[in-house]
Amino acid sequence: MNGRASHRRRIALHRITLAVVLVAGAAAPAAAQVAVRAGTLHTVSGPPMEDAVVIAGADGRIEWVGPASEADIPAGVEVLEAVVVTPGLVDAHSVVGLSGALNSDAGQVRDQDQLDRTAPIQPELRAVDAYDATETLVEWVRSYGVTTLHTGHGPGALISGQTMIVKTRGRNVEEATVAPARMLAATLGRAVASNFESPGTSSKGVAMLRAALIDAQAYRDRAQRAAGGGADAPEPPARDLAQEALVRALERELSLLVTANTATEIAAALRLQREFGFDLVLDGAAEAYLLLDEIRAAGVPVVVHPPMSRVRTGSFETAARLDEAGIPFAIQTGFEGYVPKTRVLLWEAAIAAANGLGRERALEAVTLGAARILGVDGRVGSVEVGKDADLVLFDGDPFEYTTHVCGVVIESEVLSRECR
Amino acid sequence: MQQRTIRLLSFLIVAALPGAAPAAAQDEAHVFRGATVIPIAGPPIESGVLVVQGGSITAVGGPEIVAPQGAVEHDLTGRVLLPGLVDSHSHVGSVSGGDRSSPLHPDVRGLDSIDIASDSFWRARAGGITTVNVMPGSGHLMSGQTVYLKLRDGGRTIEDWLFCGDPLTDVCGGMKMANGTNSLRDPPFPGTRARSAALVRGLYHEAQAYVERQAARADADPPAARDLRLEALAEVLAGERIVQHHTHRHNDIATVLRLQEEFGFRVVIQHGTESWKLADEIAAAGVPVSITFIDAPGGKEETLDWSLEIGAILERAGVDVAFNTDDFITDSRLLLRAAAISVRNGMSREAALEALTLAPARMLGLEHRVGSLEAGKDADFVVLSGDPFSVYTTVEQTWVEGRLIYDRSNPEHRRYAVGGHDVYRTTAEEEEALRRLLEGEGR
Repeated sequence: MNGRASHRRRIALHRITLAVVLVAGAAAPAAAQVAVRAGTLHTVSGPPMEDAVVIAGADGRIEWVGPASEADIPAGVEVLEAVVVTPGLVDAHSVVGLSGALNSDAGQVRDQDQLDRTAPIQPELRAVDAYDATETLVEWVRSYGVTTLHTGHGPGALISGQTMIVKTRGRNVEEATVAPARMLAATLGRAVASNFESPGTSSKGVAMLRAALIDAQAYRDRAQRAAGGGADAPEPPARDLAQEALVRALERELSLLVTANTATEIAAALRLQREFGFDLVLDGAAEAYLLLDEIRAAGVPVVVHPPMSRVRTGSFETAARLDEAGIPFAIQTGFEGYVPKTRVLLWEAAIAAANGLGRERALEAVTLGAARILGVDGRVGSVEVGKDADLVLFDGDPFEYTTHVCGVVIESEVLSRECR
Repeated sequence: MQQRTIRLLSFLIVAALPGAAPAAAQDEAHVFRGATVIPIAGPPIESGVLVVQGGSITAVGGPEIVAPQGAVEHDLTGRVLLPGLVDSHSHVGSVSGGDRSSPLHPDVRGLDSIDIASDSFWRARAGGITTVNVMPGSGHLMSGQTVYLKLRDGGRTIEDWLFCGDPLTDVCGGMKMANGTNSLRDPPFPGTRARSAALVRGLYHEAQAYVERQAARADADPPAARDLRLEALAEVLAGERIVQHHTHRHNDIATVLRLQEEFGFRVVIQHGTESWKLADEIAAAGVPVSITFIDAPGGKEETLDWSLEIGAILERAGVDVAFNTDDFITDSRLLLRAAAISVRNGMSREAALEALTLAPARMLGLEHRVGSLEAGKDADFVVLSGDPFSVYTTVEQTWVEGRLIYDRSNPEHRRYAVGGHDVYRTTAEEEEALRRLLEGEGR
């Protein structure tokens, strides 16, 4: 049984982990070579293959993929077998690792680090400074197939902070990190008003975001002129971490992940994107089905809310509608304020699969589709030679309620073997 | 518009009938053929036949069953037919309970607050739910009386959906109790677990004295003064009103068993997150568990030790197990899913199906009316497109007392199965509750 670790035990483990790290340094455990034989292999980058083998190399990458009959598995290499094998799942948006299972916002044990309420715009907050690799929920989501996690600051502020990409392993954030900063997490609409004195309305929130981005443009311009030298060059501006982060968004080094659920909020996000030209990723987007043409025209991808989440205007069919409209999308587990403290990506995708999206498209939405939106498709999201050897082993259709996850492999390391 | 007319007509029919049940009685017989019939009371029947008339089931069996002449024929080849699902813990209908004036409100009736027009009832119909125990929340030691509802066709006031005959004279539901952290607040609420138990014991002792006093003065003139709080608890002590007890942690569950032993009431453990740790003790006490199936641990300290194997562990120990939605903690449309994932985690298919039907019916004391497909029982059933435990299966039809109350092939009904813009409207109260919930304030 996993997930039963009491909080005290978790704390104790954390201390032990720390001690080990101090002795061993930050090096990840060396992976051994392993081979996986699949009744059906979903590479996602190509059509499913029957009776196929994946050889995962000692360097953590996929060495060979092909029919079992042609596989040349080196002697002594462990061979795992499964009815169905998929790439490791990629959760396109979560707060796991910042938001913990205890849901404690105060006192000695607080594990809610996804939202700081001191100011509504804090782009300088880094996810790497908060991510807890030993959080119970990290192991939980991994045990249901998630190997890559886009996590960080949550919804609820105009800009709550940065997000990062991790693998669901490692004893600390350094071992887990794939990309230390990937997006800025922003939220539009009334949801912000309940957390701050101001903005108190949706339009005030947009006005504050515009002002912040215009300030950042001025900061960037002054810094550029200062760097240019010459007689007219101004003094370089004093270093401002918030402005620096916003400039990275304006320069499209960081995307703006904008949580916008109603059609009004989605339209406001598209309007901001048109004004400032940042890379927009729509998050939640419960009413995306009302603005399919506008979203497609803007070329904006959508990280749709978990189908089973308590978004009143949400639909089990939103993912299918986005897919029909040709809009790039992925499925997320998102943020939960209560129980369950995190959702299970596999089961959320299953609801989308059963509600018009279908198995293959749903699988792509939680693997390669998500990896593309996150910009890590060169490394994860499909079973191809040279990519990270991240695999999930199933004993049946991955989305069926009664199917088990029987193994999870991250970079050639077998992290679980029991069916659950 | 047409929908409204139909509803109005059905109301007229309902209103013309004396008593509340079975409200939607009709004389025309219906026969359903070809489905795999899962009666719960017996093994599944391939190419089964179900005959209903007058709101009740008149026959269940194989192809040998002869339908009455003139019965309306329904071909359900390839489908699966289950009894209507019984949700033993739900908050649909914008129900409310006691206020902040006291931690104990045994006199407060949930039925006085329910909005019968709430769209949340459509969520239940779309999930195949036909009987539902609507409960006030868990922020009190006793938040009020729960109400057992049948989601009949039509209905203008809550009276049209009751199981009981008359709320002025009958017991129409259970008693919601809670322990653990939800009801720990500033005075007059308890500040500790032990204080919680002491407050509850004190009130039950008062109720015992009240019962004796009333009996002693049964023929007195003037009659003894009524106390609505103690009157409701007297029904609990008499075993007429079942305690539906919110409880998560092992020590809180043990407290529930201790109170049950002291006062002898009928109790159902609701949620029972850590009940797998006390499976043998719960089985020995003969107390059933109604599980709210959550996908991951946490959300609060009490729910950290959640196990997906809970259903299997309790089944092995011989505990009567049900699954509930606790809507909107989980979604009424997905009640089947709780049982399906429990099968994944070791529960038998038989026990998992019973946990959606006959077991929760027992927990509400309604097993003589609902929960299985047997002659004489209410004609409440669900038509599924396939295996009850497959994610790809949909609820095609929901029938209550011989009437079709949900039909996925009707676009007006189907939208409640998938959701979307303007499907689930919310009241300001619900919005506030949802906001608090999503921000982790719990309830």
